[in-house]
Amino acid sequence: MKPVTRIHSRTAVLADENIDTDRIIPARFLTTTTREGLGKLCFHDWRYLADGSDNPAFPLNQPQARGCAILVAGQNFGCGSSREHAPWALLDYGIQAVLCSELADIFRNNALKNGLLAITVSESEHRWLLEHPGSELSIDVRGEFIELPDGGRIAFQLEPFARHCLLHGVDQLGYLLQHADAITRYEQQPDHFQQEQVA
Amino acid sequence: MTAPKTLFEKIWDAHVVAAESTDTPAILYVDLHLVHEVTSPQAFTELRERGLPLRRPDRMLATLDHSTPTLPTAANGERSYANDEAKAQVTQLETNCREFGVALHGWDSADRGIVHVIGPELGVTQPGMTIVCGDSHTSTHGAFGALAFGIGTTEVGHVMATQCLLQRRPKTLAIHVDGALPRGVGAKDLILHIIGQIGVDGGTGHVIEYRGPAIAALSMEERMTVCNMSIEAGARAGLIAPDDTTFAWLRGRPHAPQGAAWDAAVARWRRLPTDAGARFDREVRIDATAVKPTVTYGTHPGMAIAMDAPVPAARNAQERRALDYMHSEAGKPMQGTPVDVVFVGSCTNSRLSDLREAANVLRGRRVAAWVRMLVVPGSEAVRREAEREGLHQVFTAAGAEWRVPGCSMCIAMNGDLAQPGQLVVSTSNRNFEGRQGKGARTVLASPATAAASAVAGSIADPRDYLVEVAA
Repeated sequence: MKPVTRIHSRTAVLADENIDTDRIIPARFLTTTTREGLGKLCFHDWRYLADGSDNPAFPLNQPQARGCAILVAGQNFGCGSSREHAPWALLDYGIQAVLCSELADIFRNNALKNGLLAITVSESEHRWLLEHPGSELSIDVRGEFIELPDGGRIAFQLEPFARHCLLHGVDQLGYLLQHADAITRYEQQPDHFQQEQVA
Repeated sequence: MTAPKTLFEKIWDAHVVAAESTDTPAILYVDLHLVHEVTSPQAFTELRERGLPLRRPDRMLATLDHSTPTLPTAANGERSYANDEAKAQVTQLETNCREFGVALHGWDSADRGIVHVIGPELGVTQPGMTIVCGDSHTSTHGAFGALAFGIGTTEVGHVMATQCLLQRRPKTLAIHVDGALPRGVGAKDLILHIIGQIGVDGGTGHVIEYRGPAIAALSMEERMTVCNMSIEAGARAGLIAPDDTTFAWLRGRPHAPQGAAWDAAVARWRRLPTDAGARFDREVRIDATAVKPTVTYGTHPGMAIAMDAPVPAARNAQERRALDYMHSEAGKPMQGTPVDVVFVGSCTNSRLSDLREAANVLRGRRVAAWVRMLVVPGSEAVRREAEREGLHQVFTAAGAEWRVPGCSMCIAMNGDLAQPGQLVVSTSNRNFEGRQGKGARTVLASPATAAASAVAGSIADPRDYLVEVAA
């Protein structure tokens, strides 16, 4: 993973609450066996009309939303399935950060592991962000704050390990593999396994 | 004397390889890793590229369920995959399992089925375990008093290579269900009612423990239905304390301990339930006696009400959008809404008891002429048992389609789907927009409600159809 330290962009807003991962990427596209190229499928059934042309009613199709890397989304964004295809699709689409008052647990985990900043802010700050699409923001991962156009700041907190991994591009699997001895010791405890082999 | 602990805390504490600190999450050991074709290919690729072996292939079990067709295999051996990609994905898992030495319950297995149906059936799901799968409905296994939750594909790779996950300890939420469920009201009605009460994000950040007399009275199949939908309330996992019902269900299953090992295991499992005086971070009380046949009226599982209750007015723009999408009318009950398709299946409701529940309504009746009904058993074992009991004949005689096991129309990625605008009464777990096909409208319901609605051709109360059976 490449380090993520700072993101500077205008915001695009999807104000609906409970935008589920089926809306982010419909299940019929999950037959892929790679992580790449999912951006064109992101929000597919919302974004395109039946004839394949852009749906003018989809907020991210508005001219002012084009190229925005920061998405402000309604509460409980990313609920539903555990598909990591959701953050893969968002990143490939060009979204680098999602700001929300509450994020679904599995989505947030998946997002942060891929360098997609999944950030929760307070309800009042969230309301302001929802009401001000197109705001030019700077997200500072090290300082854990969002700089507003008027110079004001919104503080946020990332899980400390996730923040460390983002800042330094740490490979979490590599970190886990460093604990191989501890894992072996754990496995050697008497009576650890409660069942026979599965295989 | 140690402090009283919850069921969750006992399982969590027993699986910590390295404790969490301010800077680092806990390293949590995984006892069982379930795998299917959709969320695993990129993880296998990662291991291959890094030259890493699987740490514990003996702790893994794989099956084919999501992308698989549910029509029988043709005489020439051809399977009716939705597209070449679906077929390639299945082939990829077969190849990966061969190369990495993972037990695969594939096409030629007598045990193939939906991953969350076959784990318990085979007895690999056991109390006190940690169980993960790249699938949010892994929460199903919590019915056995196992800490079971869904993970993303990156984490699937972590478990493959290290048998561990990096995890922050979640909070705990006790849902006490007091009283007894009324006659003709089941586990699906209960869990829809619970999510309707606590909301689609009511469990976010928490592991739920379902407790109380109404929970203890449930069968294992019913407990699985309840725990399955924990994620629909945003919860990390759902748990039910193991008891004699659990042990009786597990005993003698292929991977359950045998003989003296069984007795030792039961003695261990009896120590798992939450201690008296243990504290939960939050507690909620639900009155089971107030639950009625429950259905959804909107586009997430929290929009659930008794089918005879008026649909609530939209409180904001997205609720209005949800009602518009569903063609649901505020002030009118869902009961009586015309139905196009009925689906009985999914990891929520495809076990033998679910099929019996649907068959009890359908026996001697016909599916309404304009309704298409699909019945998809959860596993080959369920299919065999159902056919031995003649349930398949009840379904086909009523005009329903009897399919081979798979996730089918729950996730609609195998070609089983509804057409735009069609209303589906479905025993599955998600009524998101487009979940069962682009533009399809989903109403979540119990197997009995689904069957009654198929006969009536509109959303119907199953209690009106079960009176004769009881008499």
